[in-house]
Amino acid sequence: MQRTLDIGLNDLKEQLITMAGYLELAVVYCTQAWKNQDASIASSVYQIEDKVNRAHLEVDATCLKLLATQQPLAFDLRFILSVIKTNTDIERMVDQTVNITRNSEYYLKHPPFFDTSDLSLMSDHVRQMVKNAIDAFVKSDVNLARGVLEADDKVDRLKDKVFKDALAWMKGHSEDIEQGLNVILIARNLERIGDHSTNIAEDVIFSISGKDIRHKSLGQRFQENKK
Amino acid sequence: MSLNPLGDFTRLHYKRRKATNILFCSLMVVSTLIVVLALGAVFGYVLYKGLPAFNWPFFTSLPKPVGEVGGGMLNAIVGSLIMVSLGGLIGVPWGILTGVYLSEYGRGKFASTVRFSANMLSSVPSIILGLFVYVILVKPMHRFSALSGSLTLAIIMIPTIARITEELLKLVPNHIREAGLALGLPRWKVTLRIVLRGSFSAIITGVMLAVARVSGETAPLLFTALNNQFLQFRLDQPISSLPVQIYTYAISPFDDWNRQAWAGAYALIVFVFLINLITRVIFKPTVKGLN
Amino acid sequence: MSILKVNNLNAWFGEHRALNNIKLSFDSNKVTALIGPSGCGKSTFIRCLNRLHEETPGASASGQVILQGENIYVAGVDPVRIRRKVGMVFQKPNPFPALSVFDNVVAGLRLAGIGRKSILRDVAEKSLKLAALWDEVKDKLNQPGTSLSGGQQQRLCIARALAVEPPVLLMDEPTSALDPISTAKIEELVLSLKKEITIIIVTHNMQQAARVSDKTAFFLLGELIEFGDTSQIFTVPKEKKTEEYITGKFG
Repeated sequence: MQRTLDIGLNDLKEQLITMAGYLELAVVYCTQAWKNQDASIASSVYQIEDKVNRAHLEVDATCLKLLATQQPLAFDLRFILSVIKTNTDIERMVDQTVNITRNSEYYLKHPPFFDTSDLSLMSDHVRQMVKNAIDAFVKSDVNLARGVLEADDKVDRLKDKVFKDALAWMKGHSEDIEQGLNVILIARNLERIGDHSTNIAEDVIFSISGKDIRHKSLGQRFQENKK
Repeated sequence: MSLNPLGDFTRLHYKRRKATNILFCSLMVVSTLIVVLALGAVFGYVLYKGLPAFNWPFFTSLPKPVGEVGGGMLNAIVGSLIMVSLGGLIGVPWGILTGVYLSEYGRGKFASTVRFSANMLSSVPSIILGLFVYVILVKPMHRFSALSGSLTLAIIMIPTIARITEELLKLVPNHIREAGLALGLPRWKVTLRIVLRGSFSAIITGVMLAVARVSGETAPLLFTALNNQFLQFRLDQPISSLPVQIYTYAISPFDDWNRQAWAGAYALIVFVFLINLITRVIFKPTVKGLN
Repeated sequence: MSILKVNNLNAWFGEHRALNNIKLSFDSNKVTALIGPSGCGKSTFIRCLNRLHEETPGASASGQVILQGENIYVAGVDPVRIRRKVGMVFQKPNPFPALSVFDNVVAGLRLAGIGRKSILRDVAEKSLKLAALWDEVKDKLNQPGTSLSGGQQQRLCIARALAVEPPVLLMDEPTSALDPISTAKIEELVLSLKKEITIIIVTHNMQQAARVSDKTAFFLLGELIEFGDTSQIFTVPKEKKTEEYITGKFG
């Protein structure tokens, strides 16, 4: 039996997948300026932000309508709740990519004089996290979502390392403080994107299994996993 | 129980309630038995008295003159059939249409007058109805006739059938009528083809019972159809009927006639019984699915 | 496009005024739900739309009800003709007693004088399919309509109403006597039927109104309080009374 709610939920999922597609692009584009020495792609990120902002409102309106008219329960209810949160996460992530784009443009004009290979590594990890979080949502894949949670720790460690390297350089070269700060901001924004990816992963797990694993240590999470 | 302050009271109360229950159950069983026994006794006695004369010639031959043994009630059987059929032919449609009017269209003063009259008419003793037909038909025609007898039976039937029809149609929920009207059907079609059709088998049951009831009427026929010792089929001539024939034979001083009266009574009971049985089997008196 | 327009409609039961100056317009191929507490006039209102209201003794109505451009409350309009264009399904499933499933479905046509067996058979099959009942009853078309289950009986009544092909279908609390599964089936049916027909449904069940309708009208004490898109009525009602009713503060 095809329920009206199913039509609404499918519609919702598609809207969110479209947004997620934009997000993936934005995450790739935002680092292009410094990685590929190419500033031309920055404007694409701004266009994406515009589209995502509009989609953000649409998804919220759809969720509100479904909640008001279809009385979703159990999986349907958890799914809509996780969509509402994921929607906000995606919008915030795209905002972060806009920030990173600006920093990248600065980076291109004023490249730092210290080794930033960790920042590069970090951005690759974050990109993978975003991709996996979105895939987990699209495929309803709990294991993929768990992988995202584990990857977050790696990103956090990389961020600490980038901070440390930048600070060390800045202490010795006060004339390069701005370049150093710029690198720190990029790392900071990348880390935030990673955090939002874990939020999405947690929501995927919640909507599929009904288990709320937020604010628990990795150890606890794995214990739950064994149960 | 000791924890319950009302324990003793409850137990006492329960005992009394049980006793009352047993008392009333027994009363009901006894009342039922009396009714069934009465029916059984009547049936048994008539069977016992009537069976000796209840044979083939009883149905196929005419009464023999006094003194000759044998003969039957063919004339009365035919007469009863004719008058009950003709009476039904007049009374059944008339009664049903009156009932339909009362149930479907009857509002206001006229309808309540009709309803009241029907109630009155059904409680008027049948002999008075016989007298009425005697005055309006027998007198002007200067003779007793099958027609007058039929008309009397019809008049007895009409109020009963009308009330049965009205009551049965009132059982049809109003939303059934509305469903018909909402389909874009005129009211008369809804009434005849949906409402009446839906209760038809129940109404037929009622009608058959009314017919069975009038087939035993004696008194009004004395004034209208009288009796006839010969077999005849004309409507403008006096005609015999089972009840009147039974009456005549039963009060006669001849043993053979008395025996035949018992056989006639037996035939009448069997006839009424069969009508009851047939209507119950063929037209199951259910009003199922109306709610 | 609006198929049915109501202007200044008033309805009475004797001296009691049941509807007060109702103004409402129904779009074709949409489902409009009428909600409101008991006695608010919503049932009276739809019974005015097929002129069934006046069949109640002492009841009367005035105003304009314009069906496909024709005011059905003008003197001389035959209500019988109007009712063929505005079908109705009632609160209790009410198949005609002593009629078979088949005879129930074609009752509207047959009693209107269409007797060709082949036509009736086609119409019965089409209507039962539309009412999502065909698969369940195709082997028992000759059984009494009343032998079906409650939910099936209600779908039979829907098929019976559809058989005369009215452009508008009124439903007066069609699921209030049914179990949840049958209710869900009727709701699903309503959604699939709107491709064919304009549906106006009265319901006591607000969630049902929310689930099945495109537009919702809220009635209170014989007045139309608010009319709008269903999602708007249930998320940001404009009137305080609507908000109070749908949030369960009264009613």
